[in-house]
Amino acid sequence: MSDSTTTVQTDRHAHAHPPGLQHHFTNMTQQFEAAKLGMWLFLVTEVLLFGGLFVGYGIMHSKHPEAFVAAHHHLDWRLGALNTIVLLLSSFTMVMGVWAAQTGQRKKLIAFLLLTVFLALVFMGVKYVEYSHKFHEGLLPGKFYSHQGDTVPGQFMFFSFYFMMTGLHGIHVLLGIVAILWITFRAWRGHFSAQYYGPVDITGLYWHLVDLIWIYLFPLMYLIS
Amino acid sequence: MNWFRDFLLPKSAASNTGDVDGLFMFITWLTVFFFFFNGGLIWYAVRKWRRRSNDDITPHITHDTKLEIIWSVIPLIVVMFIFFWGFRGYVRAWVVPNDALEIVVTGKKWVWEFEYPDGSRSLNDLHVPLNKPVKLVMHSEDVIHSFFVPAFRIKRDVIPGRYTELWFTATEPGVHQVYCTEYCGKGHSDMLARIFADTPEQYEVFLREGDEQVRKMPLKELGKLVYENKGCATCHSIDGTRGQGPSLKAIYGQQITDAAGKSHTIDANYIRESILNPQASVVAGYEPIMPTFQGLLREREILGMIEYIKSLQ
Amino acid sequence: MADAMTPTAAHGHPDYLSENKGLWNWLTTVDHKRIGLMYLWSVTAFMIIGGLLALVIRLELLTPRQTIMSAELYNRAFTLHGAIMTFLVIIPAIPAILGNFALPLLLGAKDVAFPRLNLASLYVYWIGAAMAVSTLLLGGVDTGWTFYTPYSTTTGGGVSMMVLAAFVLGFSSIFTGLNFIATTHKLRAPGMGWFQLPLFVWGMYSTAIIQILATPVLGITLLLLVMERVFHIGIFDPQLGGDPVLFQHFFWFYSHPAVYIMILPAMAVMSEVIPTFSKKSIFGYKAIAFSSVAIALLGFLVWAHHMFVAGMSLFAGAIFSFLTFFIAIPSAIKVFNWIATMWRGSIDLKVPMLYAINFLLIFTIGGLTGLFLASLSTDVHLHDTYFVVSHFHYVMAGSNMLALLAGLHYWWPKMYGRMYNNTLATIACTLIFIGFNATFLPQFVMGSRGMPRRYYNYLEQFQTMHVASTIGSWILAAGLFLALATLLASLRKPKDAVPNPWNGRTFEWEAGSPPITHNFEHTPVCIYSPYDYREHPVPIAEEEKSAH
Repeated sequence: MSDSTTTVQTDRHAHAHPPGLQHHFTNMTQQFEAAKLGMWLFLVTEVLLFGGLFVGYGIMHSKHPEAFVAAHHHLDWRLGALNTIVLLLSSFTMVMGVWAAQTGQRKKLIAFLLLTVFLALVFMGVKYVEYSHKFHEGLLPGKFYSHQGDTVPGQFMFFSFYFMMTGLHGIHVLLGIVAILWITFRAWRGHFSAQYYGPVDITGLYWHLVDLIWIYLFPLMYLIS
Repeated sequence: MNWFRDFLLPKSAASNTGDVDGLFMFITWLTVFFFFFNGGLIWYAVRKWRRRSNDDITPHITHDTKLEIIWSVIPLIVVMFIFFWGFRGYVRAWVVPNDALEIVVTGKKWVWEFEYPDGSRSLNDLHVPLNKPVKLVMHSEDVIHSFFVPAFRIKRDVIPGRYTELWFTATEPGVHQVYCTEYCGKGHSDMLARIFADTPEQYEVFLREGDEQVRKMPLKELGKLVYENKGCATCHSIDGTRGQGPSLKAIYGQQITDAAGKSHTIDANYIRESILNPQASVVAGYEPIMPTFQGLLREREILGMIEYIKSLQ
Repeated sequence: MADAMTPTAAHGHPDYLSENKGLWNWLTTVDHKRIGLMYLWSVTAFMIIGGLLALVIRLELLTPRQTIMSAELYNRAFTLHGAIMTFLVIIPAIPAILGNFALPLLLGAKDVAFPRLNLASLYVYWIGAAMAVSTLLLGGVDTGWTFYTPYSTTTGGGVSMMVLAAFVLGFSSIFTGLNFIATTHKLRAPGMGWFQLPLFVWGMYSTAIIQILATPVLGITLLLLVMERVFHIGIFDPQLGGDPVLFQHFFWFYSHPAVYIMILPAMAVMSEVIPTFSKKSIFGYKAIAFSSVAIALLGFLVWAHHMFVAGMSLFAGAIFSFLTFFIAIPSAIKVFNWIATMWRGSIDLKVPMLYAINFLLIFTIGGLTGLFLASLSTDVHLHDTYFVVSHFHYVMAGSNMLALLAGLHYWWPKMYGRMYNNTLATIACTLIFIGFNATFLPQFVMGSRGMPRRYYNYLEQFQTMHVASTIGSWILAAGLFLALATLLASLRKPKDAVPNPWNGRTFEWEAGSPPITHNFEHTPVCIYSPYDYREHPVPIAEEEKSAH
């Protein structure tokens, strides 16, 4: 195409940018949609990352069913259930946070975000209790497994997966806490408005995925029969 | 065009290779044809429609559905044909004949060990009878290896923790090269073996006297090999400790009493009898649990055993 | 650089090379063009390292026994060659260099959707590269770039570090892919529908799908491998109740699609270069676009064709062979489409076009030899021999490298605003063609005659062909060196390139050579099809009207 066919549409200095709009986007909608699409794609990679572990777990479970069933009795399903409820609640508070952002209610936004962080910390606290119990009993992955008095051999493999999967999930929770705190800070500084709340929205998406993965992990680890 | 096939492929030495070679050559000619076909079209186009000036006018052709269907469907038919041809060969190579001679193959860094139906073993040299199906039952003691015989067009991975199978019928007498084709470390490229496809007479000799390696080995060494490989060591120590059976240390020429109270001198004949008919005179104080080795040891191996025991003073 | 002499754009904005000079400005840039160039020189550096390793390997293979190094060293050399060339050179080459540079320009965008993520991908690449190179200090890695268990879980050296490096590099690849998908969806120029996308974009988009879907699985596989080495978790170790072949399934689930991460971008470059230098519309736009997507998706269903001799069931072998043959069709369609594009065109044998023709010939060989390996009975004979080595070098190394060079010579005036010496570049292209075939054609024959891959010692019957191959590698190296030197030499002269030196029809040729930082003085609007070479192009809107 030659220059003659090019029409002047938007000169890059022709109009003032709204706050939060990056130079290479035309308008806020475009930027928001791009960010949201990017986050969805990222979530796809996350699902596949965990997916690999789920497949590995499934194959090893079918190879050693007795060991997996015997090993899961060392877990306390009540703590797992508690954590499931805590994470579901935190997803709810996150949704409320996004709603507060969309409607431009800064104080409510900050409150809901902090509440979400609090619930995430509760989750990590329960996880800490569970982990320290496992460490104490020698229920550790691979060669570090030193639990005494097993009647079914091969239980170390269950704990290999238990620690890898809950550990990777735990890292995601921690990263989520950091991300939400950063968003809270930006909210406190007044960066967001009913026109610009994209970062809150996509952080929320991420947080829901973290929750979703736990919903699959819980029965897989705590409720095998 | 046989010279071309002989240039590209090693000389075939087993049944079932004809099919593989036929397909190989078919795809080869297909490749040669399409290379020159595409190359020819490009050459023609460049010759005929080379740019004369920047103002050249070209026709505006965006697509041609009929042509595109033709050049999609023809390759599809060709590749499906190749698929079925290749699949047929794979199935043939998969189904082992019932009367196959079974040989256990163990791969380990970086040797191949073969165990024959009579229990004898050899390293890196495998003797098989000509024109008789042979089945290899393979496993690995350490990492993954792969058993490849180019002249037979066969290959299969040898995996720790599971058995894989391979079979062939050698049709050409002589020595055929075996390679390890799954990378296994420092000695990977030296993990070679040879398959000796023996005529009936040669195979007879092999069965009776073992392979060349065994035939040339001094008796004492052969005895040591037998002691280690045939499981003697599980019950009979060579350092004087008492096991399930008496130790072999310094027993040659000694007097023993058997369970029935008869006394014997340990000499060549006693050792021979104890190997072939172990229940005949069990040393007092031991259970009569030793199995017979009748048919599992060659004559020369028994002589080797005697020499070896003699040497354990 | 004589910037004072260069024509700047009408509005007086300096070009992206002249604005904000200095190392720090480059290291903190979010400009996709600068990131593309930094990728170019990083990848080139690793290509030189990987290439030197290849020369050393070929030299060792000059004689059947030890020539210049021990077996241990040889095993480390080919592992490092494979790992560097795969993870640091071929996978990032076209997407991260040409994609980063050209994709936003082709779309008429100012940048990619997430410029900071783009810069992050470069830093992640550098970190991964440093980790990969650091394995040299940890005693090297001798597993082969495929890291097969249980060898990789039992051998010493820096295996864990190399595996983590590949894991980290995966993120770099994911970031690039994610950016390209979002950019293609959201930042197209006004008026540009999906079927007005230049085919380069379709190729990058298909590549990005694979990067997004396959790389995480490799990531988790590599993590499992590290866990196995450190904790003995048991999943791949037969002694602990695991399955070593499971690793191969996991590994190839990524690494086979990764082969298409290497070839789809190469095809993408072809679809730009060939119409431009034939001065003719691309033949079968939709067929090419959809066959890219088809290759990307089918690529996920064929991984186990690497394992026909690994103890798979008969049924599984048949399925995977069958599916593998299907992937041959879209590849064949593309080749015919490109030749048809040249047909009745006005063919200008400039250097990018010579590389494109070179690609067509090499890719034809590479693609057709794939049929031997897709077919079950012939694969049994050829698996893990030099035939395979040669086949994947034709496809991954040869085709990818030639396409990269075609694209580099095509967009070089846009990147640096300078033309290179046409004669020298033509000689380089010829040397590369001769050298490549001299190196790898003998390897096909060696392989079908039974020469296994990754062999340090070999039987004397193979020496003639090894010698031929080694001599070929010297010619190839000379050609590549000449190509690089010719491009570098052009940088010493003032900027002399016009905005549209090849009479291309896509948006990047409307921007300056080199473009300004934000690419276009005015946002371009898509009115004509990107491949409309008629004397009087017909607007898309009218064409669609007449079609109904």
